[in-house]
Amino acid sequence: MTTNTLDADLALRLAVEDLYADYVHTIDDDRLEEWPGLFTEDGIYRVTTRENHDNGLPLAMVYCDGRGMMADRISALRTANIYEPHVYCHVLSAVRILGASGGVIRARSNFSVLRTMQEGDTSLFAVGRTFDTLVEEGGRLRFRERLAVLDSRRVDTLLVIPV
Amino acid sequence: MSSVASTIDFAWPHEDVSRAPFRVYTDPDLYALEQERIFRGPVWNFLALECEIPNAGDYKTTYVGDTPVIVSRDQNGVINAVVNRCAHKGALICYKPKGNVREFNCVYHNWTYDLAGNLTGVAFRKGVGGKGGLADDFDMKANGLQRLRVEIYCGLIFGTFREETPAFRDYIGAELASNIDRVFPKPLKVIGYHCQVLPNNWKLYAENNKDSYHASLLHVFHNTFGVVRPNMGGGVKISDDGWHHLSYTQRESLGDEQVAQEKVRSLKEQYSLNDVRLMEHKLELGDQVTNAIQTVFPSLVVQQILNALAVRQIQPKGVDRTELVWTILGFEDDDADMRELRLKVNNLVGPAGLISMEDGCVGGWVQRAAKADPDAMTVMPMGGRRIEASQGSRVTEAAVRGFWKGWRECMGY
Repeated sequence: MTTNTLDADLALRLAVEDLYADYVHTIDDDRLEEWPGLFTEDGIYRVTTRENHDNGLPLAMVYCDGRGMMADRISALRTANIYEPHVYCHVLSAVRILGASGGVIRARSNFSVLRTMQEGDTSLFAVGRTFDTLVEEGGRLRFRERLAVLDSRRVDTLLVIPV
Repeated sequence: MSSVASTIDFAWPHEDVSRAPFRVYTDPDLYALEQERIFRGPVWNFLALECEIPNAGDYKTTYVGDTPVIVSRDQNGVINAVVNRCAHKGALICYKPKGNVREFNCVYHNWTYDLAGNLTGVAFRKGVGGKGGLADDFDMKANGLQRLRVEIYCGLIFGTFREETPAFRDYIGAELASNIDRVFPKPLKVIGYHCQVLPNNWKLYAENNKDSYHASLLHVFHNTFGVVRPNMGGGVKISDDGWHHLSYTQRESLGDEQVAQEKVRSLKEQYSLNDVRLMEHKLELGDQVTNAIQTVFPSLVVQQILNALAVRQIQPKGVDRTELVWTILGFEDDDADMRELRLKVNNLVGPAGLISMEDGCVGGWVQRAAKADPDAMTVMPMGGRRIEASQGSRVTEAAVRGFWKGWRECMGY
């Protein structure tokens, strides 16, 4: 590997890791109105379970097809949905670039989401993997597609904040 | 009188079912008695869908109340349901959620059963070298798996532990059965599952489905996004015995063409959503019904919300914990566009459902508050004290009162 390709490889990794870090901080800091901007205009965001994913079942419990649906989810949770206030802390690991060609990057990661309720209980809310497609747009990487696959089939109470 | 019942000092504390004591949500003894008198009582429990076990040898595991159950299809295509507990030591026989087998085999001591639950083999039955083995008087026929009576309706498999449970259509009545005919008129296809853990007694979720009063009050997604629908008709139907119900809304009688023409315009005018595809509805069931929520006592909900079709199974997991298992459906003959429409509209329901996620937490709020005062009572006065259907208005708790009538009749209180 030449120095140039090594530099390019490292630069790509850093850009991908930056995007992943921006993603979790945007959610964990409750800057949810900025969350759709991490995707392309026609970006897709889905949350499903390993049960559905491994059995080829297409259902997702959250399915946003484009920034419009993402923004609708956020405005719904701000103004319409009723639930006990809580926050997430994402723990992200094992970021891996699976391939990059023609400006399209495929990558994956593992995540845990610790949920803290307003009364103080912290619990492990979700663990799983993300399978992502990233593209450069407007001088930065954005998600063209993010699929979050939860390991458990069970969701405790409800899922309102994106994972 | 069962051993559990004989130790419970409980009497219904009110003259009718317009009040219920909080204790019914918090008392572990009542929970234990419910297993015997409701779930293993004269009721039909939803078990699975026929399309989940299409081939000979296919099985799926589920629960009836606390009782683990296996549903399977045998070589002749007959659906059997048996308790998932080996006659020997009581181990689970099937510990995977689904699979395909020729026979059931308990891994603990290799006892085998046919798919109807008959004991067909016992390891070392004759012992080893003439020593050990089954007792001489051991009756293989008397040591099969416990069987449930099974009935299939519109592709839905039901089971009951009692001989006296009436045939399914008689159990829910012809009027309510016709809604299942309406929602599931052709072969079904599972498009996915959700499972949601509710931090409350199972009955709080059962009541929630029958409570058409709360819908527009707790679930404000429609109102918030400008979805005021004055043209909506509908009503609540209740079975003669009060146990089962159907709550539905429908468009006023617009012709199909008029509806189709108005669809896009009205969606854009009514909804202040960025993306109205979330609310898109393609009329597919031959009528103008937009939402239909139906309960089959004690633990099944049949759902049509626009094109989001599902069955929800209530699985109690202790006095203050419930699992809600959603099986999300389409039809076998759905084309790609219809499938995509269903996937999008399913954003509205489920654990992350935009219009109804509140149902996941509100039961827990009752559970937490009820605990301190088991003898205090919940009040259900909306729509009078009787259990009668209503046309037009869904501002009634009649179907909830019907649930308590069913509960009292099963429980003997």
